[in-house]
Amino acid sequence: MSEIKFNDETLALVQSIIKRYPEGKQKSALLPLLHLAQAEFDGWLSAPVMDYVASLLNIKPIEVYEVASFYSMYNLNPVGKCLLEVCRTSSCWLRGANEIVAHIENKLGIKDGETTADGKFTLKTVECLGSCGTAPMLQIGADFHENLTFEKVDALINDWSNKTEHSKYLDNSTFRKN
Amino acid sequence: MSKKILLEHIDVPGIETLAVYREKGGYASVEKALKTMTPDAIVEEVKKSGLRGRGGAGFPTGMKWSFLAKPEGVARYLVCNADESEPGTFKDRYLMEKIPHALIEGMITSSFALGANTSYIYVRGEYFYIIKILEKAIADAYAAGWLGKNILGTGYDLDLYVQAGAGAYICGEETALLESLEGKRGNPRIKPPFPAIAGLYGCPTVVNNVETIAAVVPIVNNGGDWYAGIGIGKSSGTKLISASGHINKPGVYEIEMGITVEDFIYSDEYCGGIKNGKKLKAVVAGGSSVPILPADLILTTANGEKRLMSYESLADGGFASGTMLGSGGFIVMDETTSIVQNLHTFARFYHHESCGQCSPCREGTGWMEKILHKILDGHGTLEDVNLLWEIQRKIEGNTICPLGDAAAWPVASAIRHFRHEFEEYVKNPAAIKNVKHYHNMHGLATA
Ligand SMILES: Cc1cc2nc3c(=O)[nH]c(=O)nc-3n(C[C@H](O)[C@H](O)[C@H](O)COP(=O)(O)O)c2cc1C
Ligand code: SF4
Ligand code: FES
Repeated sequence: MSEIKFNDETLALVQSIIKRYPEGKQKSALLPLLHLAQAEFDGWLSAPVMDYVASLLNIKPIEVYEVASFYSMYNLNPVGKCLLEVCRTSSCWLRGANEIVAHIENKLGIKDGETTADGKFTLKTVECLGSCGTAPMLQIGADFHENLTFEKVDALINDWSNKTEHSKYLDNSTFRKN
Repeated sequence: MSKKILLEHIDVPGIETLAVYREKGGYASVEKALKTMTPDAIVEEVKKSGLRGRGGAGFPTGMKWSFLAKPEGVARYLVCNADESEPGTFKDRYLMEKIPHALIEGMITSSFALGANTSYIYVRGEYFYIIKILEKAIADAYAAGWLGKNILGTGYDLDLYVQAGAGAYICGEETALLESLEGKRGNPRIKPPFPAIAGLYGCPTVVNNVETIAAVVPIVNNGGDWYAGIGIGKSSGTKLISASGHINKPGVYEIEMGITVEDFIYSDEYCGGIKNGKKLKAVVAGGSSVPILPADLILTTANGEKRLMSYESLADGGFASGTMLGSGGFIVMDETTSIVQNLHTFARFYHHESCGQCSPCREGTGWMEKILHKILDGHGTLEDVNLLWEIQRKIEGNTICPLGDAAAWPVASAIRHFRHEFEEYVKNPAAIKNVKHYHNMHGLATA
């Protein structure tokens, strides 16, 4: 395995993020740093990646593990290139979320929580994403796809079948360099 | 009828930019506050306005601000709660996406009033595209001198940062939010001490919702008395309502408090009536946590008065026949909706989101989800319905934070008002098939 290290641009961003908090409170940067790590290291947080983040913040690895395992956006196992997160809570359910999930399951031949054999797609049902007025909806990386129809879902899957990069919540331009 | 204060300029092209926002009078409250008012005078105006927290609890904002401890030489913080994860709620997202400077302006004016020199906006991680919008707007505000050192030459310094959450409804609870902002798991703290005494990094802290902070801008501009004159009684001002479910026009609406629920659901200015000409069955009026009410009780109180969109009117009748305004997440269900299935989505949600610190919440939410699942699978019994009732009763009031209550109330209200539906499910499992069938009939509008 190659050495785990952020690229120089990300490292500079990390330093700027740490400065957002008072002296000695650098642990506050943990959540943003884990997001950056997941985006840079293939969409999930392996133990060595978490250890690396701990070393950047000068905290114990366990302080990173206990946080990474608490929040639903951190993947502790590898996921497909395209992570399809489908909301299934009330307002989306009222407008057909179950049918959307079933459609994706049929189309990709996987169940909720599974990844396709080619490693392209992972399906994950999630709780309300604040898109209830445009239900049903799903999220891929930072993008919200709303007022879904089967056709829209098919088009998304088609699109992502040809992509090589990972879906991401953020990149190095998301956070301001302060 | 429609009264737009927060969303007055929502349709102005380019209102998301600093230039257009300024043209429309943006940042006037910062000039007025920093140059002509004392912090205490601002707190006084907010008190007079009657503004109540828009995050869900409705606590008077001016009073909360006046509780903030001010020990010599200790930093104070203002933290904006943009975690917005209560199912059915999407108003803060709308405001931040469309008019990000309204929040930033409110943060500057409010931070000055509280004597904070560093403030944070904690945004749920799923809203990363909003974070990007806010970061850009903050960079522009710094460049124009609205943030940073010696703002407007007044000697007031303020740094404003956005913090990303990472997927946890519980981080909307204010002490869990502060834990999360400190880089920890989002476990709510035992109160007291309240954040006003010991909040972020143990320092005095105020946590306010996005919409609350944004409302401070017009209050400072026009005065507390002006704001108090809008709305009805102790529900002053306007409220952003997130409308979803089986309605013709889902979306975010700014309403003057005091319009009738009936008008809100059926008027073309708002929800535009029930989709496909169906009949109204039930409404969850203030986000998933508040009691569900059947059509008759949401439209009129038990005393036969028209129910209004206000804190008091929605709560009229207590939990026996009323509900709460909550976060303003207004979920509408038509006559084909299975209340039991809807409740299952809520129960699954609370089980997923319990932080696990208190056994009544951690275990109780799991039990409730499993029992509902069993009923929906056609294996439920009457005892299961009674057990559901007992479990929710034992969670309520017995936990560290209000998530326990929030998980209990939807279950209690569904059984209180729709017990017959639960009984039908357990007595006649075949009914479930029909319900599923009905549900499928909603279909998905194909493009
Ligand atoms: C489980 C739970 C989730 C909450 N989620 C939110 C939220 O997403 N946004 C919010 O503003 N308040 C939320 N609150 C309320 C906050 O604890 C707090 O009361 C609020 O941020 C105070 O701001 P306000 O007075 O301006 O409403 C939540 C409370 C609980 C118990
Ligand atoms: S009530 Fe639930 S969410 Fe709140 S502290 Fe207890 S276990 Fe955690
Ligand atoms: S219920 Fe799906 S986005 Fe809110």
